[in-house]
Amino acid sequence: MARAISRNSKIGWTVAAWLVALIIFFPILYTIITSLKTEQEAIAGFDLIPSFSFSSYETVQNQNNYFRPFMNSVVIAVGSTLLALIVAIPAAWAMAFSPTKRTKDILMWMLSTKMMPAVAVLVPIYLIFLRTGLMDTRTGLVIILMLMNLPIVIWMLYTYFREIPGEILEAARMDGATLRDEILYILTPMAVPGIASTMLLNIILAWNEAFWTIQLTTTNAAPLSAFIASFSSPQGLFWAKLSAASTMAIAPILILGWFSQKQLVRGLTFGAVK
Amino acid sequence: MATRQTASLARLMRAPAIILLLIWMLIPLGMTLYYSFLNYNLLNPANTSWAGWFNYQYFYTDPAFFEAIWNTIVLVMGVLLITVCGGIAIAMLIDKPIFGQGIVRILVISPFFVMPPVAALIWKNMIMHPSYGVFADIAKFFGASPVDWFATYPLLSIIIIVAWQWLPFATLILLTSLQSLDGEQMEAAEMDGAPAISRFIYLTLPHMARAITVVVLIQTIFLLGIYAEILVTTNGGPGYASTNLTFLIYRAARLNFDIGGAAAGGIIAVILANFVAIFLMRAVGKNLD
Amino acid sequence: MGRITLEGVAKRFGDVEVIPPLNLDIEDGEFVVFVGPSGCGKSTLLRLIAGLEDVSDGRILIDGQDATDESPAKRGLAMVFQSYALYPHMSVRKNIAFPMKMAKVPQDEQNRRIDAAAKALNLTDYLERRPGQLSGGQRQRVAIGRAIVREPSAFLFDEPLSNLDAALRVGMRLEISELHNRLETTMIYVTHDQVEAMTMADKIVVLHAGRIEQVGSPLELYLRPKNAFVAGFIGSPKMNLFSGETAAEYGAATIGVRPEHIGVSTEGGKWKGRVGVSEHLGSDTFLYVEDTGLAETITVRSDGEVRLRHGDTVWLTPNEDKIHKFDQSGDRID
Repeated sequence: MARAISRNSKIGWTVAAWLVALIIFFPILYTIITSLKTEQEAIAGFDLIPSFSFSSYETVQNQNNYFRPFMNSVVIAVGSTLLALIVAIPAAWAMAFSPTKRTKDILMWMLSTKMMPAVAVLVPIYLIFLRTGLMDTRTGLVIILMLMNLPIVIWMLYTYFREIPGEILEAARMDGATLRDEILYILTPMAVPGIASTMLLNIILAWNEAFWTIQLTTTNAAPLSAFIASFSSPQGLFWAKLSAASTMAIAPILILGWFSQKQLVRGLTFGAVK
Repeated sequence: MATRQTASLARLMRAPAIILLLIWMLIPLGMTLYYSFLNYNLLNPANTSWAGWFNYQYFYTDPAFFEAIWNTIVLVMGVLLITVCGGIAIAMLIDKPIFGQGIVRILVISPFFVMPPVAALIWKNMIMHPSYGVFADIAKFFGASPVDWFATYPLLSIIIIVAWQWLPFATLILLTSLQSLDGEQMEAAEMDGAPAISRFIYLTLPHMARAITVVVLIQTIFLLGIYAEILVTTNGGPGYASTNLTFLIYRAARLNFDIGGAAAGGIIAVILANFVAIFLMRAVGKNLD
Repeated sequence: MGRITLEGVAKRFGDVEVIPPLNLDIEDGEFVVFVGPSGCGKSTLLRLIAGLEDVSDGRILIDGQDATDESPAKRGLAMVFQSYALYPHMSVRKNIAFPMKMAKVPQDEQNRRIDAAAKALNLTDYLERRPGQLSGGQRQRVAIGRAIVREPSAFLFDEPLSNLDAALRVGMRLEISELHNRLETTMIYVTHDQVEAMTMADKIVVLHAGRIEQVGSPLELYLRPKNAFVAGFIGSPKMNLFSGETAAEYGAATIGVRPEHIGVSTEGGKWKGRVGVSEHLGSDTFLYVEDTGLAETITVRSDGEVRLRHGDTVWLTPNEDKIHKFDQSGDRID
């Protein structure tokens, strides 16, 4: 008897949950569907079944040269992430494995730099970029996004490293490992999963960044976020084409994102919620 | 653990990150502060002069400034209300034993990975467009006349878009917190005869309190900086109806080339963000030990 | 060889003195147990010997050589940690091989030692597994295996059994004792459990607030505790301690009687009381006697066939020869 009721309620909750999930997902789904329509179909009214025409993808690629902003996005997101990791790994490592009385304060201060509104430094960064020729270059964006995400990267790595028990390092030391052995054989293999998820989350954040990328690029270095923003001007209003460009811009990161749900919570809450 | 050599090596390893962040924080902020006291317009750079508090005064007396502050508050509060309440409800729904939980989670989390300009464009053209949007289709289906969302309710439209983007974040964090709720505690309460509503109010909510705080604070930090969504949809209009502080400063700097004014606005934004930051740091700091 | 000497060794963390200067001699081949309540500094002392903490004062000699500033690796000691500290990303074989790899032991010699250790510790079938796939007892054995293959001059154990369940703990206790008999290597073993100390040690070092309270063989500690703290700490169930008038009768500030040195009678005796809880273990019966007017409860160990129950009135008589007397400062009076 009790089993039967719980089975019915399970079906009930399932229906409710799927309904909510589909409503939330609908804008994305509808964009993907529209991207597979022709322009005439796209403005012909509500229809969930497209003609599976890939012409809009071709148009986006040919007319707007989608490939360049895509490559810019890749270079900027991956570049800024790698650069941040190079700086952050030693720092997080030191703070996790030889903490001092001030470690906590340093971490909190690093977090506080993340609280600074981007717009507060828009003016100086803009002027510096104009004067140093960094405007509309990938290098400039890599530097800015690296600095912007550095606190999150350090924090995430720190929380991962802290989970490596200190006794294991002591055991290695007792076993005769030098600092080099310790890093090579014990720490690195144990830290790799944490570093990988930090990298993943940071690539997502950098890919989706849409303040500095829009402010500091025009055409040459514009990544997808700036490229898509340019579609807001009236001549860009072709529904199927817009959908195709949008789908291409979000697809890679959507897939990466699905794999990094757990890390997302940890990274964006600075370890406050696990 | 802390032997002498490791301590000095650790200092060396920390240094680059600390120095970089110090530079990133001090130099631009110092420059902003300096510019905020200058009459400095990029269209007429030769005429730069010391302005004293004029830029702040100018901002303070500009009616657009108060409208922007008000819009910022409404935007942040509106999105928080929707995402926290919606997040709790959806988190509890997903936490139930349901079929296909993994896929439901993926669907719900997806909007968070959509970059802001794309999210704004999708909603602007596919959903809220007065002639071709899905909302218009629905209205027509019921025989009503479609609403021109961005002209009639510009701020509300932006709130809806931003809430859609952040709802997954709130849901995911609240779900994580919900899953750490002690099942035996719930069963004990059930044995004690507490009805579902009481269990929610006296056990679930207090357990999630910390996660809710974190969601509110972190979202506030990001929501104060909403920019691309406004740029792509309403461009701050009509008038200043959907201009927030970030957008107002952007306008001053990039459209009016008023460096001094924009810098003064930036300093005001820092002060506002600091109010939130102090609370967030406390919440996070508690978890450090 | 594994003779370890501590000369005036002290440890301070900032202004807090965790271990005041102390001297200790550990002979080659001895099984020494550091025992004491949590926070007494026993683990810190072990870590000082291991070299995982710097000493604030004093010298540590290993086989007569000053090892005070030597790195942990060069001291030739092996340690088994409370959490086992196995390398999670390596197989059991690689875990055991790691110290030999660091010491650049030739490959065939490595294999020989691994096989020997695995055989001795019943790990032969598990060599290719990861630590995560092993039970607590097996992990413990891997940790010991990793220590054995180094052929150290002394083994250090830091509460190695505290993460195991009761039955396994008894088994591992025996295995470690057997290992000591076979290897005849110095072992220093830290525990808060006085039963482990009593059953395994050649020499027990009782620590309290960083100070050494007494050093001696298990029986010495049991028969002649140097002070009230050791008296109360060593022995199970705990010694009954009385102060006030009862103690004054014997010319002491505190007297102690072990539960096994109190006779029980239903007819008559020295102290009258009522049975609170009686625990029948079969071999023994533990009686917790209340309402004696001497102490809250008096613990009595009686033989297994005593059929006393809750509420029964009993008379207790201590064995006068086995009464321990302590003065005002807690030191033993003879």
